[in-house]
Amino acid sequence: MATIRCGDFKTSYAKDMAIFDSAFARWCLALFLLALLTVPLYASSYWMDVTNRVGIAIIGAVGLNILTGFTGQISLGNAAFMAVGAYATAYLGAHLPGLPFVLTILLSGFLAAVVGMVFGVPSLRLKGLYLAMATLAAHFIIEFVATHWNDVTGGVAGVSVAPASFFKYSLDTDSKLFYLIFGLMFFLVFFAKNLFRTKVGKAFVAIRDQDISAEVMGVNLFKYKLMSFGISSFYVGVAGSLLAYQAKYISPENFPITLAIDYLAMIIIGGMGSILGSILGAIFITCLPELLRLGASSLSGTFPSLVGLFASLKLGVFGLAIVLFLVFEPDGMAERWRKIKTYWRLYPFSY
Amino acid sequence: MSTPQLEAKNVMLRFGGVTAIKDVSFAVEPGAIHAIIGPNGAGKTSLLNAISGVYRPQQGQIIFAGQDITRMKPYERTSRGLARTFQNIALFKNMTVLDNLLIGRHTHQHCGILKGGFYYGPGEREEVAHRMVVEDIIDFLEIQHIRKKIVGTLAYGLQKRVELARALALEPKLLLLDEPMAGMNAEEKEDMARFIIDTNEDRGTTVLMIEHDMGVVMDISIRVVVLNFGVKIADGTPQEVQRDPHVQKAYLGQEDAEVAGVAEA
Repeated sequence: MATIRCGDFKTSYAKDMAIFDSAFARWCLALFLLALLTVPLYASSYWMDVTNRVGIAIIGAVGLNILTGFTGQISLGNAAFMAVGAYATAYLGAHLPGLPFVLTILLSGFLAAVVGMVFGVPSLRLKGLYLAMATLAAHFIIEFVATHWNDVTGGVAGVSVAPASFFKYSLDTDSKLFYLIFGLMFFLVFFAKNLFRTKVGKAFVAIRDQDISAEVMGVNLFKYKLMSFGISSFYVGVAGSLLAYQAKYISPENFPITLAIDYLAMIIIGGMGSILGSILGAIFITCLPELLRLGASSLSGTFPSLVGLFASLKLGVFGLAIVLFLVFEPDGMAERWRKIKTYWRLYPFSY
Repeated sequence: MSTPQLEAKNVMLRFGGVTAIKDVSFAVEPGAIHAIIGPNGAGKTSLLNAISGVYRPQQGQIIFAGQDITRMKPYERTSRGLARTFQNIALFKNMTVLDNLLIGRHTHQHCGILKGGFYYGPGEREEVAHRMVVEDIIDFLEIQHIRKKIVGTLAYGLQKRVELARALALEPKLLLLDEPMAGMNAEEKEDMARFIIDTNEDRGTTVLMIEHDMGVVMDISIRVVVLNFGVKIADGTPQEVQRDPHVQKAYLGQEDAEVAGVAEA
């Protein structure tokens, strides 16, 4: 059985257009997913929490990448759209307790999509930094609403979120939530990957690369830009909804502008316009502070002052990582991974 | 003569105080190869942009297959059978050749977000069906060897060919080509001329092109429109145009008593 491709032996277009090159790659992924399912059996509650946050970050990062990486519409409003999803979940949980969590999450996602599309309207006229400013305005408007609409959002104090439940069964622990988050994550990542193999996704990329010629090729710019805002915000809203379930209590402090920037960092470091890149970037940015904390605490015996320095160290390393990536691998971790694969494909005869 | 494939009636296009096109009218017969020529800055590309919808003329009408399309958006014109290429290649540089061509199938595809996202079933069937159409065009233009290359990495002449392929993927009734041979060597020009003639003859596509290479223009087009400073100064067969004193003056700048009427306004 060939494990690594050494030539092109495809006999149909369907096979040529498949996501995975070989059965070997599919098996690897299946094994990895199986291994992932066993994580709640042995992970500590601390790492369970980190793992769940990684899952949520992956959904959010894929969502942002659809808009910014694939369609080329820069957005700083994603933390706000996440908040919309989270508050919708809190509200539905409090006012419609009988609603199954799947519907709650879907509705939260759709609400975020609608809000995202409304704030996406300026994208027809604005590009680049100007659009960044317009979406930044969206962030502050939604933040203002969240802090002042006390009946729904609980204002500055926040609001508690009822656990995800389906009739009597409730996902009240991190390990139960894990299966929900990773199930949804797998589905949404797969959906996004497929989207870019078909008409809608290709139109998004066309808009990013050359909007005038995309329009001349028959792409309705306004419709597809709004669609991109909608799909992206749906993903981000679902991430927000899961975040609400995980945090159990949300307030405007959960959705600062730095969260939006974290997500931008994920897709820049991971790789703009790459699904794999969103995943790698989300893992990297979410785990980096945890690894730093681990490193700092293990050295605290020898250098006790290090723990005190941790906060500033974290920001410093974070910034440094972004700068180093921009300088040495501007196309992100996904591109680096591709290069590694290409290298090994021909190893040891790499000429 | 049947209804013209394309008709421009008294088209006027202004940018602020500058008049790019002044009262230009002409018609393109179905199945023909027409050329627009003229010195630099004559308004050729502006005219093409007005036809494809990138610019909107302030006055006049553009009629495509009997239908007034003057006020339509570019994508609406495309779905009616209008395709074009650009003077400075406007391909999707980070996509593969295949994906560029598949974008050309955009108006012929109907799977939305859900069918696309779930892929297996209708989504896959549609992609495979359109892949076949695209492969036909790849064979036709002899670009099999680069189908999976990223467009931005290709040589200039090949990019020009890919752009023609992308326009053909639309299966247009009328193809607008903006300087398809600019910057090519003799061999590439011959290839391109052959592709244009084949497109016209085998696929029955009407062609309207802007070109500076007079040898090519005179050889392959059946009718030529000449623009100078936004005004149409001649319109006829290549032979008629070559003999036209106004055209000779515009290109060669001869001082001639007979054409004093078109001296500097």
